[in-house]
Amino acid sequence: MKPNDVVITGIGLVSCLGEGAEEHWRKLTADEPAPVVDAERFAPYTVHPLPAIDWGLQIAKRGDQRQMETWQRLGTYAAGLALDDAAVKDDETLCATMDMVIAAGGGERDEAVDAAILAASENRADQGVLLNEHLTTELRPTLFLAQLSNLLAGNISIVHKVTGSSRTFMGEEGAGVSAIETAAARIRCGQSTHALVGGAFQTEHPDMLLGYELGGYLHRGPWKPVWQRQGSEGGGVVTGSGAAFLVLESRQHAQERGRKAYARLGAVSSGRSRRSTTDLQAEIAALAEKTGVSGNPLLAVSGASGAHKATAAELAALGGMTGIGLRAFGTLTGHMKEAQFPFAVALAALAAHNKAAYPAFDRQAETAFAGSTDTVLATTVGYHQFEGMALVHAAD
Amino acid sequence: MASMTDHLGRPIVVVTGIGVVTSLGAGKTDNWAALTAGRSGIHPITRFPTDLLNTRISGTVDFLPSSDKGASSLTYELAEMTAHEAIAEAGFDTRNFGGPLFLASPPVELDWRERFSLYAAGSKETGLERLLEVARGLNALDVFQSAQFGSIADRLSDSLGAIGLPITLSTACASGATAIQLGVEAIRRGECERALSIGADGSVTAEALIRFSLLSALSTQNDVPERASKPFSKDRDGFVIAEGAGALVLESLESAVSRGATVLGVLRGCGEKADDFHRTRSKPDGSPAIATVRAALKDAGMSEGEIAYVNAHGTSTPENDKMEHLSLSTVFGERIRDVPVSSNKSMIGHTLSAAGAVEAAFSLMTMREGVIPPTINYDNPDPAIDLDVVPNIKRSADISSTMSNSFGFGGQNACLVLTREPV
Repeated sequence: MKPNDVVITGIGLVSCLGEGAEEHWRKLTADEPAPVVDAERFAPYTVHPLPAIDWGLQIAKRGDQRQMETWQRLGTYAAGLALDDAAVKDDETLCATMDMVIAAGGGERDEAVDAAILAASENRADQGVLLNEHLTTELRPTLFLAQLSNLLAGNISIVHKVTGSSRTFMGEEGAGVSAIETAAARIRCGQSTHALVGGAFQTEHPDMLLGYELGGYLHRGPWKPVWQRQGSEGGGVVTGSGAAFLVLESRQHAQERGRKAYARLGAVSSGRSRRSTTDLQAEIAALAEKTGVSGNPLLAVSGASGAHKATAAELAALGGMTGIGLRAFGTLTGHMKEAQFPFAVALAALAAHNKAAYPAFDRQAETAFAGSTDTVLATTVGYHQFEGMALVHAAD
Repeated sequence: MASMTDHLGRPIVVVTGIGVVTSLGAGKTDNWAALTAGRSGIHPITRFPTDLLNTRISGTVDFLPSSDKGASSLTYELAEMTAHEAIAEAGFDTRNFGGPLFLASPPVELDWRERFSLYAAGSKETGLERLLEVARGLNALDVFQSAQFGSIADRLSDSLGAIGLPITLSTACASGATAIQLGVEAIRRGECERALSIGADGSVTAEALIRFSLLSALSTQNDVPERASKPFSKDRDGFVIAEGAGALVLESLESAVSRGATVLGVLRGCGEKADDFHRTRSKPDGSPAIATVRAALKDAGMSEGEIAYVNAHGTSTPENDKMEHLSLSTVFGERIRDVPVSSNKSMIGHTLSAAGAVEAAFSLMTMREGVIPPTINYDNPDPAIDLDVVPNIKRSADISSTMSNSFGFGGQNACLVLTREPV
C-alpha cells in the first residue's frame, strides 16, 4: 500500500442498460443479461440506444442543456454521476483542483443542412459556392461549439466546475486508454491528486455510423453476441450510445477525505500494433503479459468490438489462456468507441468491489468463472487500431 | 557540473530539436527571416471559393503537395515535415525516433469533397443514408482514415518510429502547448528520455472558416490581408485563421548532455487552469488565465520578475487581447510595461491547434538569436492595453527567459515558461 496508489472512488455509467454503477451491476449480473437493441432506425444496422435520461438531474440549467447536442449532454451527465458517486460534485475546492482527461470524438453534425447540400450537389458543378450558400445561412452559430472535441470537457467545467486542468484526447478507443493511463501515471508520481477521466459516445446519428462504415466495420443483419459475428454480413461492430467516467484519486487523497474506494487501479498498458505487418494475437498476448496477466484464474472484462479481425485475435490470445473468464460487455451495450476502455475499467472495478464475477454474457462463447475477483483485467482492442489493458484490484 | 534536476528534484527537460512550418515558409530559417523582417504570411484565400464569405483572407499553407488534398492530408504533411526538421536537428534518426509522440491536431471530419463523391456514387436513398449505403460497398482505407481521429498520429508513429500508443489531443487553441506539457510530464515521470511534441493544423476549409465566422471570431479586414491581424490595436476585429506546425524534440538534460547534443532551450514550467465561465468567453476577472500564468511560474520555480519576454497568445480578437492584458498586468503588476510582449500571430495569423507549438518554437529562437520578432500592424494602439508590444520592428535583446501563453474556446488556458540555459 502506497500513498500514491491510484484508487477509483467514483463511477458514472450510462448505456442502453440504464444509468449508474449500481444499476449496471444489477443488470449485468442478472441470470440472463439481455441487451437493448434497436434494429429499425438505422437498418440494416442495429444499435444499442440511449435509455431515457432526465438530463436536468445532472445539468441543472436548461440553457446549458440547449448549448449541447446529445454527445456532450451524455458525457456531462455521466461525469456528473461519477462526481456525485465520489462525493466531489458540489465541493468547490475539490472541483477547482481536480484534473480532467476526456476521451472525445466529435459532436453531431446538422443532418438536415448536410442533406440539403448533398441533394443540391446533384445539380451543381460549383460545389464550393454551393457549400458557402448553405453553410453561411443555415448553420446554427453555436452548433460549432457542440461539435468541437474539447467542448465536452468545456461543458463539464461549466456545469460541474471541474477546473484544475482540462485535457481532451482524441483517437477512438486509444483516446480512452491514454486518458486513463495518463491520469493514473500523473497521480502515481504526484503530478495530480484527483482526476476525472472518461468519455462518451452517441451513436444514434448516421454520421457516427459512417465513421465506422467507411472502413466496412459495421455488422449487418440480425443482432448476435460480440464473439459470434465472424462470417456474418458486414464487419462485426454493433455500436451503442453510452458513457463512462471515473474519479481517480491517490490513496492518500481519498483517505484524507474519508472516502472508501471501489477498487485500486493497477497496471495500465497501452499498445499500437502495426496490424498490417504483425500478428495481432501475439501482440495482445504480449500486452497482457506486460500488464501482469500471469496464468492464474482471472476475470477479463473485455471491450471487444466485434470487428472481425481484432475480436478473433483477442479471443485467440486471451481465450486461449488457462483460467481466463472472458466477458465482452459489448454484447449487451454495443461498442462505445472513446468510452469503451473507461467502461471496461469501471465494470472491472465493480466486480472487484462486489467480490463477484459477471455471468457469461454469451453462454456459447464465454465460460463460467468461479475464481476470485480480487484482481480483474479490463481490455480494449481497437476495432481498427490501438490496444489497452488494465488490472483492477480489490481496494483493501 | 550543472544539476540534472530542477527545484523539485525532477529531471530538467530541454529542447534539442525544433521544426516549424507556417504560411511564411517551411523550416526555421525561412520563418525566422520573415518573422524578424516583420513580414506577414496572410493572403487572400485561393483554396476554395470565397463567394458570400465575410472573411476572404487567411494564413493557409499553400505551397505543399497536400495543400489542396484536405485537412487530414495537409495536417499530416505539416506534422511530418516539422518532425523531420526537429528530429534531424536533435541528431536522431527520422525513421527511428525512439520516444513517445504527443500530437496536437484539429478534430477531423469527413471532408466535403468525399461527401460529394460518395453521394454522387449512389442513387438510392437521400442524405446521409445514401452516404452510408455507398460506404458499405466501398471499403476505401484512405477515406476511412481521413475521418478517424487517431490516424494521423498512427501514421506518424509508423513513419517516425515513435514508441508506444501516440496521444492525439485537443485543447482548442491551447493544443500545441498541451502537447508540449504532456511531453514534459512524461520525461519528468521518468517514462522516457525523449519525447516528440507536435502541434499541426492544416484544417482551413470553407466550413471551418464559416464556423468561426458565425461566432464572430474572424477579422473581416479583407482589403489589405497582411494588415488584418493587428493584436493589441484599437481597431483589431478578430483573428486571421491560419495553418502551420511546430515540433519540438524534448529530452532530459541528462540524456542531451550524455550524448553531446546542443541544448536549444529549456522547458522550465507548464501551467494550466480551466475556465468555467462560458464556452467562448473568459471569466471577466481573468482569474483562470491569471492562475494559469502563476501555475507555470510556480512549476518553473521562478518569479514573474525573472521573465524577460512574453510571447503573447495575442490573437487580435477584441476579447482575447483585453483579457490577456488583464491577466499579465495582474501577475506582473507595474513591471508589465517594461516587459516586451509580442504576438507572432500579427504575421502568421492564428494557427489554431498548432499555435502553442509554433509559438514555443519561435520563443526558443527568440532567446537563442537575441532578437524579438515584432508585433506588426501596430499603428493604432489600444489605449486600454498599455504594453510594450515591440511595435512593427524587431528588437535586439538579451532574453534568457520567456513566457508563452495559449488560451482557447472551452475554457482552455495553458502557459509555458522557457529559458535559454538550464540553470
